[in-house]
Amino acid sequence: MTEHSFQIDADMVKHVAYLVRLGITDEEAQGFSQQFSAIIDYFNLLNEVDTSDTPPATQVIHASMVLREDVAQPSMSREEFLKNAPESEDGYVKVSTVLGEE
Amino acid sequence: MTSIKYETVIGLEIHAELQTASKMFCGCSADYSSAPEANTNICPVCTALPGAMPVINAKAVEQAILVGLALNCTINPHNTFARKNYFYPDLPKGYQISQYDLPIASEGWLDVPADSGKGTQRIIIRRAHLEEDTAKTFHRGDHALIDYNRAGVPLLEIVTEPDFRSVESALAYATKIRAILRYLGVNAGDMEKGILRFEANVSVRPVGSDEFRTRTEIKNLNSFRALTRASTYEVERQIKVYENGGQIVQETLGWDEARGVTVSQRSKEHAHDYRYFPEPDLPPLELSQAYIDSFHAHLPELPDAKTERFLREYGLKPQDAALLASERSLADYFETVVKQTRDSAQTVCNWLTGALLRQVNELGLSVDAIPVPAVHLAQLIDLAFDKTINGNTAKSVLVEMFQSGRAPKEIVEAQGLGQISDEGVLKEMVIKLIADNPKEVTSYLGGRETLLQWFIGQIARATKGKANSQAVKQLLLDEFEKLKK
Amino acid sequence: MDLNSLTLRSAQEMLRSKQVSSVELTQAMLDRIHKIDPQIQAYMTVTDELALEQAHQADERLAHGDNVTPLIGIPFGVKDCLSTKGVRTTCSSKILENYVPQYNATVIEKLSDAGAVLLGKHNMDEFGMGSSCENSAYFPTRNPWDLSRVPGGSSGGSAAAAAAGMGLFSIGEDTGGSVRMPAGFCNITGLKPTYGRVSRYGLIALVSSFDSIGPMAREVYDVATVTEAIAGVDGRDSTSAAIPVPQYSQSLGKSVKGMKLGIPKEYFVAGMEAGVESAIHKAIEQFEALGMEIQEVSLPHTKYGLPVYYLILFAEASANLARFDGTRFGLSVRDGAEDVIDVYLQTRRAGFGDEVKRRIMLGAYTLSAGYYDAYYLKAQKVRTLLRQDFEQAFEQVDALIAPTCPTTAFKLGEKTADPLEMYLSDIYVTATNPAGIPSLAVPCGFSQGMPVGMQLMGKHFNEETLFQIGHAYQQVTDWHKQLPPIG
Ligand SMILES: [Zn+2]
Repeated sequence: MTEHSFQIDADMVKHVAYLVRLGITDEEAQGFSQQFSAIIDYFNLLNEVDTSDTPPATQVIHASMVLREDVAQPSMSREEFLKNAPESEDGYVKVSTVLGEE
Repeated sequence: MTSIKYETVIGLEIHAELQTASKMFCGCSADYSSAPEANTNICPVCTALPGAMPVINAKAVEQAILVGLALNCTINPHNTFARKNYFYPDLPKGYQISQYDLPIASEGWLDVPADSGKGTQRIIIRRAHLEEDTAKTFHRGDHALIDYNRAGVPLLEIVTEPDFRSVESALAYATKIRAILRYLGVNAGDMEKGILRFEANVSVRPVGSDEFRTRTEIKNLNSFRALTRASTYEVERQIKVYENGGQIVQETLGWDEARGVTVSQRSKEHAHDYRYFPEPDLPPLELSQAYIDSFHAHLPELPDAKTERFLREYGLKPQDAALLASERSLADYFETVVKQTRDSAQTVCNWLTGALLRQVNELGLSVDAIPVPAVHLAQLIDLAFDKTINGNTAKSVLVEMFQSGRAPKEIVEAQGLGQISDEGVLKEMVIKLIADNPKEVTSYLGGRETLLQWFIGQIARATKGKANSQAVKQLLLDEFEKLKK
Repeated sequence: MDLNSLTLRSAQEMLRSKQVSSVELTQAMLDRIHKIDPQIQAYMTVTDELALEQAHQADERLAHGDNVTPLIGIPFGVKDCLSTKGVRTTCSSKILENYVPQYNATVIEKLSDAGAVLLGKHNMDEFGMGSSCENSAYFPTRNPWDLSRVPGGSSGGSAAAAAAGMGLFSIGEDTGGSVRMPAGFCNITGLKPTYGRVSRYGLIALVSSFDSIGPMAREVYDVATVTEAIAGVDGRDSTSAAIPVPQYSQSLGKSVKGMKLGIPKEYFVAGMEAGVESAIHKAIEQFEALGMEIQEVSLPHTKYGLPVYYLILFAEASANLARFDGTRFGLSVRDGAEDVIDVYLQTRRAGFGDEVKRRIMLGAYTLSAGYYDAYYLKAQKVRTLLRQDFEQAFEQVDALIAPTCPTTAFKLGEKTADPLEMYLSDIYVTATNPAGIPSLAVPCGFSQGMPVGMQLMGKHFNEETLFQIGHAYQQVTDWHKQLPPIG
């Protein structure tokens, strides 16, 4: 196993996994911790670039954006929409409730 | 034990749904409240189907600029959208498209009455930014149901600095914002429907201190009453915590209307880390200065300016002027009536703020939809002005006008009111006639009873024949009877 | 006549001269798919009925001379990340196993209007995350030149299908080499257009600011013809550019004499396979023989291209993939869930493969409070420098040449153990996407029996120049005419 000057520990992995709502086990978190440390360590390569006078890229091409005219269009089919939904009820999409909500 | 006096510190966030035909980033109808059923104003974009992309609604941008200018903000020529990342069943994409470091409007202000009661105080508006509303969820049994009709409706979030030192001034500000949004025609201000929602950031500190202590955020306040009660409750709660030697925890609170308490919103989202970053699906929104400036011409006269003008132009009392100017439709109605009647502006004001608004309130109507056309009210005021009818009669005619929608003249004629059978009016005329003609009176009382016909004739001439002669005769006889005694 | 070795151009001529009908052509493609695809596994979904129906309609249009477009009756396949109405669209992910879009991507709409015939959907690395097609949640696609090797990724199915005659062109998608690298591995021609040239509406986003939909086919003419049909501004994609689309296929054949071709010196460093390097050098000699001026140029920030690419990818992908939450479509694991958060955790755990998990977690990490400036913002700043490198190079030359990959197609399983090593195979193709420039992959030889690809990079919206150069090359070489030994 290689030693990385930079470490992302398993707790951090679990934290970010929760941020993106990804269930992972402690064991998996350990494995990802190794990989993440290697990847981020390599990406720290960017630190050697002086960007003190460089603005971040916001747009790679310079094409002016056209706004949409405020006109209401017909809805898509609810029936088709609900066909893809794992569960639905009376025209609504159905989910479990969130704990701790009023 | 020395008791410390505490000072209230409040900042307000107002979420206003904009009045557009379509949603913020897609062409679906934004009118979710009149959708017949759930999920009938939806498309791939607002339900976050894979591959769908946002396109900005031009009207929402225009409305945001108008509000920004009305609130004395700088409109930023270069503003950007960002993704605010969090998971919740009402948020289909797993992020909300909002504005973060470069909002469309920033650094404005609004004056509200000073807490001292004298003059005004200036509330600094930090920013106003565009974003999209969430879907509606409600609970049924052990699960939740989602309706995406509201998902993606444009919202403007207006954020103040923590400048309020009393709940009253926060309320005054909120009321004024609502009036301005209605003036601009960008929000109906209808709070039952949730199209205007408040969030109060509340903290307290010892009087004289300028520190900012830990604040709590009370979310989803849907009425002025809820804003007032929840903020007042929270201020008192925090003072008690400090007085008991406790500390305030920074947290998000909800308002329990029934119990009248703020409640902690426990959530698994322990730390909010929204991981904002620029929305790559939307290039920066570039607005030329000329384009921004063109909106000054679209800006209507706003409540404060109108109040000033009403004072100056019509000589109204300050509270009357402010009341009339609080609603654009009411102010316009007032001015239309003033133009069409021969009576004074103050009379019109009295009618509007009195009998007319009473009717509107009793019937549960909106001032936007007063069923009595301004021209009819002007006629009614003229009828009273001309003494065709007296004040009390006029008021009952107004009630009839609300009920039937007919013109006052029609009502007066149909009910024979135009014949001037109105006792009050006729009695005044009779008394004046008797006072003006002492010779004839003496002669009549002296036995020349045929003069009675002469008196009736005088009243008939004065009223162009509209006086009810039977009533006039009786009134004359009554008056002469009194004189005989 | 072997209909499966046709180029798009020759099929076009045969359809117009009525030597073949679209139904015959389509049936031949479907037959070949059913015959050889069990070995290659380029297709996720084959739409036999729909294809024959569309072919029949195309034949009617051809018979009546009604709206005869360049692509009418031409059968094609598309990477499974473009939404196809009524046809399952999986992104090769378990999380979309049963998802059937109710709308078409703009590109699909345009091709359908043009009368092209959809054969099916191509396998890919899950959500485009991978360089070998081994990250498909269903099965790996194999390289038709050597079934023990990968076709490249992430548009591996699209490249393999076009190379093996299972469709006259493919619609791929290039986020960081995903069209060009597999095109090189499979000996076909493929375009990553300028960002904004082709509408992304309906493309299941990986990196919204990099993703570019592009065609893959046997020769430059074919690719140019398809580009013409799919390019252009779209009112449903705010990032699509309102710049007119040239008649690319009509302007081919112009001489390249006197044009300047730049060799970015940073791309020719240690690590390149000898056979790849010599093939590229021979191609450069060929361009010189065609009268082009060859000039060395410098792209000084090249080595930062890969970190910039991945850091921005992680961030954008982590948000783009948030909508896969088991609520409105796709997989939903609800058993034993206490609440909706559990459903999210379980669904995404079961639905995403390891590479996807890695990338979205790293995205959350690099965007987190405290890390944003060091990673995401830093990458966006260096991205500016990468773009400036290209701008400065294009002040000196008309196009740049580089390999599409340091090696030829590697063996299945060879690089799956170490994610970082897999990332490094993208070293030549990733820098173009942050810069948004177009790049055309063209076959340029073989190394130990496996195809070698080169890429020609150009200025924003200057696909025309790349087609011109690539076409000139294909007039004097026959690498692109070599067919894989299969079937
Ligand atoms: Zn919509």
